[in-house]
Amino acid sequence: MERLNQIIASHVGREGPLLPILHDVQAEFGHVSEEAIRAIAAALNLSRADVHGVVSFYHDFHEAPEARAVLKLCRAEACQARGVEALAARLADNPRVKVEAIYCLGLCSVGPNAMVGDKVHARLDAAKLGALVEALA
Amino acid sequence: MKVVRISDDALALACGADDVAAAFAAAGCTVERVSSWGMHWLEPLAEIDGKGFGPLEAGDVVAVLSGTSAKAIGAIEDHPFMARQQRFTFARAGKTRPLSLEDYAAHGGWQGLAKAREIGGAATIAQVTESGLRGRGGAGFPAGIKWNTVAGAAADQKYVVCNADEGDSATFADRMVMEGDPFMLIEGMAIAALAVGASKGYVYIRSEYPHAIAKMEAAARASAHLVAPFVLEVRVGAGAYVCGEETSLLNSLEGKRGEVRAKPPLPALEGLFGKPTVVNNVLTLAAVPWIMANGAAAYAAVGFGRSKGTMPIQIAGNVKHGGLFEVGFGVTLGELVMTVGGGTASGRPVRAVQVGGPLGAYHPPAEFHLPFDYEAFAANDGLIGHAGITVFDDTADMSSQARFAMNFCAEESCGKCTPCRIGSTRGVELIDRIRARSGRVADKVEALPQMHNARKAERSLGDEITLLEDLCETMKFGSLCALGGFTPYPVLSALRHWPEDFAAPADREAAE
Repeated sequence: MERLNQIIASHVGREGPLLPILHDVQAEFGHVSEEAIRAIAAALNLSRADVHGVVSFYHDFHEAPEARAVLKLCRAEACQARGVEALAARLADNPRVKVEAIYCLGLCSVGPNAMVGDKVHARLDAAKLGALVEALA
Repeated sequence: MKVVRISDDALALACGADDVAAAFAAAGCTVERVSSWGMHWLEPLAEIDGKGFGPLEAGDVVAVLSGTSAKAIGAIEDHPFMARQQRFTFARAGKTRPLSLEDYAAHGGWQGLAKAREIGGAATIAQVTESGLRGRGGAGFPAGIKWNTVAGAAADQKYVVCNADEGDSATFADRMVMEGDPFMLIEGMAIAALAVGASKGYVYIRSEYPHAIAKMEAAARASAHLVAPFVLEVRVGAGAYVCGEETSLLNSLEGKRGEVRAKPPLPALEGLFGKPTVVNNVLTLAAVPWIMANGAAAYAAVGFGRSKGTMPIQIAGNVKHGGLFEVGFGVTLGELVMTVGGGTASGRPVRAVQVGGPLGAYHPPAEFHLPFDYEAFAANDGLIGHAGITVFDDTADMSSQARFAMNFCAEESCGKCTPCRIGSTRGVELIDRIRARSGRVADKVEALPQMHNARKAERSLGDEITLLEDLCETMKFGSLCALGGFTPYPVLSALRHWPEDFAAPADREAAE
């Protein structure tokens, strides 16, 4: 709670502080909890529904924590043209790794591409992608 | 000691540039991390005294240094991919360290801003107007006219907002500007701010670009004293594709749901926080320093018809030589795909080329004669968009691509207007039925006697296709923004050019 208040306080004077706050809360706690939504709403003089509406609108914010490691695999057209769908179909369900679809990492000439944390990986084939997933598991 | 230059942009890193750089450093070379030349199939590309080597792995370093590498491509500037280009915006690509103020100034940086300060706001707008620069985000609206509107609006506060929410597949020019030449974008924004009388600027970058965010933040800090009193701040998106639409982006910056606003009022008059706001794409703003430094006439001298200047075209997908190709408008689609791009990477025939990202039309090779020009593509039921080109080989299933387009719209719709929100979902269902040849009989409710207007007869495949066309028409003309309004482009173009992919099973077998 103390950390949450620090985050809110560090942004509250800015123009349009809600998204920067939510980004920091998501990064710090792995999700935006009901408790956080209440605190943010109170600090910014918004209704809880306003904040909930914003949290639920954006793909980056989650209301529940994700226990598994996340690998973001680009499934957009350029990666499709380079065979990502066949790779994705072969990915077995892994209880410890969540493979999330993402639409474009901007590396469209060297796909299929994936991102883990802030690290990007290009020219994936079945072996490389498998190794990435294994490394996370 | 040998100086080796290797890119540190996200694409080079994803291809393993750090390992290659470390290997050169271990071999006793001085490694300089520069921007990318844009020859992506050759990344990681190392440059030593103007000569290029790529694509490298750490194990190739010994051969490169001893002069026996089979991956030598000769002088980079003479490479056919580079020699064919006219680089205005990307003139520094490959040559400067992205965050070096020294490099930027030594390669012509800040000259445009100095010129704008010398001639003043009104004359700056006149220069941009004369250059014929049109918005590079996709709509192609003349930048000078937009700036003039903002300049003419009376307000206590005005803003310059850079739209760096580059979400279209096959586009990466914005990313390359931000990661390779961030001061150019800052200079462009500072010129825009001076021209319209804005004191504050925001760059709204999508969260999928962590490297671009880091570089822009560092560059904004490093150059704050050079652009003052203009103040620039980087803001990060949160994974919503629709925030690339300018009014949705403004809502997002304000901390709201990224829902599209109805226009009017134009953002130029009532934009961010209700104040007059210039919203321009990265490439639009990045073109401005060159125009100011070299003159409007020099920029307008290049181009085709009403599309003046150069366009950084992004060649991607299943293509042999993918990368960034900046050239004057008017180059044909076929030249880009076959001559520059070298055809497909898989070696199979090209079946379709999507131009303009997920909302752009699919073009068959029969349309390779089309010149790259806003009007020529519009006249052929297509669009240039942000100039991304995705090449597909003959294994592509075009009804599946049409379904993807509808589904993408359904996933990313902001929900504000009905044609986009509901239409896209109905569109997915409809294409699924067409693909499964399942037809559709009236459901329980539709079959009730009191449902006088509901159709009772079963719909044939032909009826379903007519219905899809009708739905596309409604989305195209009834949606608030380009997401719902342009989704019909990929769907209808797939249907028009590859009807065999939508045909009844018997027809399909006959066709094969």
